[in-house]
Amino acid sequence: MDRSQYLHPDKELMSRQEIEELQLKRLQETVRHCMNSPFYKKRFEEEGLTPDDIKSLDDLKKIPFTTKQDLRDTYPFGIASVPLEKCVRLHSSSGTTGNPTVILHTQRDLDEWANAVARCLHMVGLRPTDVFQNSSGYGMFTGGLGFQYGAERLGMLTVPAAAGNTLRQLKFIKDFGTTALHAIPSYASRLYEVMVEQGIDPRRDTKLKTLVIGAEPHSEEQRKRIENMLGVKAYNSFGMSEMCGPGVAFECKEQNGLHIWEDYYIVEIVDPNTLEPVPEGEVGELVLTTINREAMPLLRYRTRDLTRILPGECPCGRHHKRLDRMQGRSDDMIILKGVNIFPIQIEKILLQFKELSTDYLITLETLDNNDGMTVEVELSNLFTDDYGRLEKLTKEITRQLKDEILVTPKVKLVANGSLPKSEGKAVRVKDLRKTY
Amino acid sequence: MTIQQLSVFVENKSGAMLNVLQLLRSEGIQLLAVNIADTVEYGIFRIICSEPSKAFKLLKEANISVTLTDVFAIELDDKVGEMARTLEIFHKEGISITYLYSFLINKKGIMVFRTAESERTREVIMLNNMKFIAEKDLYTLI
Repeated sequence: MDRSQYLHPDKELMSRQEIEELQLKRLQETVRHCMNSPFYKKRFEEEGLTPDDIKSLDDLKKIPFTTKQDLRDTYPFGIASVPLEKCVRLHSSSGTTGNPTVILHTQRDLDEWANAVARCLHMVGLRPTDVFQNSSGYGMFTGGLGFQYGAERLGMLTVPAAAGNTLRQLKFIKDFGTTALHAIPSYASRLYEVMVEQGIDPRRDTKLKTLVIGAEPHSEEQRKRIENMLGVKAYNSFGMSEMCGPGVAFECKEQNGLHIWEDYYIVEIVDPNTLEPVPEGEVGELVLTTINREAMPLLRYRTRDLTRILPGECPCGRHHKRLDRMQGRSDDMIILKGVNIFPIQIEKILLQFKELSTDYLITLETLDNNDGMTVEVELSNLFTDDYGRLEKLTKEITRQLKDEILVTPKVKLVANGSLPKSEGKAVRVKDLRKTY
Repeated sequence: MTIQQLSVFVENKSGAMLNVLQLLRSEGIQLLAVNIADTVEYGIFRIICSEPSKAFKLLKEANISVTLTDVFAIELDDKVGEMARTLEIFHKEGISITYLYSFLINKKGIMVFRTAESERTREVIMLNNMKFIAEKDLYTLI
């Protein structure tokens, strides 16, 4: 085994037995540390559990699940296992409806996060000689700073281009000799369209060779299309803000499943209804326990993402388990352009408009390689004979929705009674994207 | 001076206007004039008909977004430049027209319109001796 191909060979090349030994040690440390968290201390007392009860990895099952609702209920700092003065950063989910979720980080957490992202980028062949451009939004969105610190940790020249302004992105790619780009899949397609418009041939006029795509569900066909369009290899990235952000799981050069770093996380796949483990290789909800985090460890966190563990060994030499492509959600969360959106956020905004009925329909569609959201809203009987007011109403709904969900939906007024009724189980979301 | 117009919200899809017209037909309501512009997603279908109150109730019960709007109706003489002459008067008074359409009934030209300033419009119509049409008069013209 050529160890130089691995950034952290000691961790990446561990055998299953070594992984599990390390996991048990770190789980026990984590659980002990969690007793500093008011939330977990109370929860363990309620269950009659003590850290000493965790004697094997199997004992993990004794610990209750942690949910997004727990994060909301303890907003903002109630789950932290360290005093606030030890923390150096927080990231938070979007939304003003209900409490957002907050994740705190110590300096050590940020270091370990950067290490994990660096390991992922190294795994797909990136080296300090590469130029890495990040087209993620920066700020609270973890895809920005997460990749920034990871790419710097690896030693690449990094271009924090941030989201949007495609012509500027292209100028950077050409002028700075960008070899690797992180982009959500729909944006990669968009970049190519603009290249064509500008007469740029990605193979001839740019040095792009690696794309990191994630934060948005996409199919294998979509990946192949991106690779063919841009003349690159595109690797799937998986992360979520509750688990730091990017760097949780990543494809290796085999492009067959995403290795999840088991020195950071313990993986379980459970049936979302019974919460019992599913037979190996079957699809269920991904449940993660952080075992390498200081400020805010999460025990058995229900991610709501549906996936399965790929059976068999990966030829790359790593024994860290491989997750299959995400196959959907066990809740109604929508992932659009890397942004997490719950239909309830949209509903709460719409209900404030007395010009509208209570029915609405959210449609997610791929148009011209671009994922978008249309929100159809029914006009109530408070209708006036005035195009100007209808237009103003549409604009105002659009503006308020954008403020709430951070993406701009297309708002469409439709006639009263034309949408499915709110009684019973109305279909509120139609996903027509070719993703899962 | 004003007549009642039905304003119906219709989506730009096949059958949307037809649905409204079939309902009106079912109750024997007669159309005098209709108007709709070619907007992208939806339109306001404007209708002058016999028995507007009955028509309004009928559409409302069918859960259609509808409103009754008072619009001005003026009879114009059948000669060149009459509409231009009329609009010159409103223009001079600083009254702008929100929308306008016209129809013929028994060889009489009727101009239907709405402005943002109803009271001032009334005054201008009176002061200039325009031949306005009242609700009750309209149906005797049929």
